[in-house]
Order: sequence, then structure tokens, then C-alpha cells
Amino acid sequence: MRILLIDDSKTMRNIQKSVLKQLGYTDLEEACDGQDALSKIGAFKPELCLVDWNMPTMDGLTFVKTFRQTDKTTPLIMVTTEAEKSRVIEAIKAGVNNYVVKPFTPDLLSERIAETLAKCGVNT
Amino acid sequence: MDASYITPFMTSIQNVFSTMFQLPVEIGEPRLKTDSTTSHDVSGIIGVSGEMVGTIVLSMPGEAAESIVALFTGEQMAVDTDDFADAVGELINMISGNAKAEFQRKSVSISCPSVVIGSGHRVASNSGTPCVMIPCTTDCGEIVLEIALRESDEVASTKSAAA
Repeated sequence: MRILLIDDSKTMRNIQKSVLKQLGYTDLEEACDGQDALSKIGAFKPELCLVDWNMPTMDGLTFVKTFRQTDKTTPLIMVTTEAEKSRVIEAIKAGVNNYVVKPFTPDLLSERIAETLAKCGVNT
Repeated sequence: MDASYITPFMTSIQNVFSTMFQLPVEIGEPRLKTDSTTSHDVSGIIGVSGEMVGTIVLSMPGEAAESIVALFTGEQMAVDTDDFADAVGELINMISGNAKAEFQRKSVSISCPSVVIGSGHRVASNSGTPCVMIPCTTDCGEIVLEIALRESDEVASTKSAAA
């Protein structure tokens, strides 16, 4: 499965990569903000995206809204420090399928990924 | 400064450190800071805007920061590398974001983090905004969270007009 990790922090992308590799996902691509992600989507064709919210150039919410204009089905998980209920609702309205608040344990991230893929009917 | 601005940061640093790398944090007695020099050599800085304004600084001695970053990333990194700064930035980002969620009914945004490294540096905040230092003890060393927060002028003037 092709997974795109969108986060301006390399540290966070590395942590996510480590969890995903332990789960057996090795086809991973990285983007440092929403704009970078949009430029990589055509070639990489992700089947799942993990998206941070606060990023320079293009934030995660803008990315989600832009992405959903042309792709209604690819699962998107917001992984962010934005923990307020109003933010979660805003992200879900924009089109994310699940939400993980940082800090997270590897187990929690694994659970949310499995839950999201099952909900979206994606075969792993 | 309202104590309700401080408590969320105490809980947050403990939550972030224990969840991400199982490092217990013992919180000391908060005290008012009287000068603008940061407590230690490595500072992760977040700006706060919206109904509250100010800055949050995670200040760490170089050696403690190296140990904490090594636990966080699983790698030993030199203090003067981009990856080290990135890790410190992500730590203060998580601490601030987590604490922000506890500011009930307030619309508050946080900036992307900045990191400053060097002895004796200063982080300027708005004049008139008190800064509270929260000393924290960890097995990696003593570190400090510095919270300089106040209600925005708009919120303060709305309150005084209503009173």
C-alpha cells in the first residue's frame, strides 16, 4: 500500500515511518507541507495519507479541502496537536476520515490506521 | 497571570514526554521571570495568537536537550544540526498544542515552532506580558517551560466594556 506522510517535521515523519514499517508498510513517500504533497500525489498515487494540520506554505486543512475537490475516496488521517473538538469537527467536515492527536503511542496510530482502512473498505 | 493559563502546560509536558518516550517529568514550583534571558542554551519557541497572545518557550541545557532528543528520535544528534532543531521544535509544538486544548472556549492559534541555540540568547515577548517559569526535573536534566501569555487587547477591552 502506498502511504503519503505530510508533516513539516522530519522527526514526526520518521516516527510515523517507523510505526508503518513495523506494520509492514514500506511503500512510503514524504511531503513537508500541503503544497509539496499536492505536487507528489500525481506520480505517487497514495492509497492513504497522514496529514499534519499546522504547516508552513499550505496547512493540512487547506490540503484536505483541495485534495477532496478531485479525490473523494482516498482515506485521509489528520495527525496533529490540534485537539479541540471544534478543530476535529472542522477537519471531518473538510473530508478527513480519522483523527489522531499528538502525542500518540505507536499502538494508537496503528489502531487508527487499521480502523480507517477497514471503514473505507481498503484492502491491505 | 491567571493560574489556569499555567496548569495546562504542566500536564501537557508530562503527557508529551511520557507518551512519546516514557520520560517522567517532575514539576517544580512556578515562579515569575524577571529578565528576558532564556534559562538555558536551547530554546524551542511557539507564538500564540487569537484570543490569547504571547510566547511559549521550552528551554533546555545542551546536554539535557541532546539526551531528550535522543530518546524522542532514537538517534544521537549533534546540537548544531537541522534534525536536532526539528526535534526540539516538534516537542514544543506538541506541548503547546496539547495545552491549548485546555483553554476552554477560547479561540487560540499557535505558530509553527522556531528553535534558537546558543548561550545567553534572549527571547523577546510583548512588554507588559508576565512570564512564568515552570522548572521541570527529568532523568535527562533540569529543563524549564516559560509561559508568557495574556488575553488579547480585543478580549480585554470587551471584558472591561461589559464590566
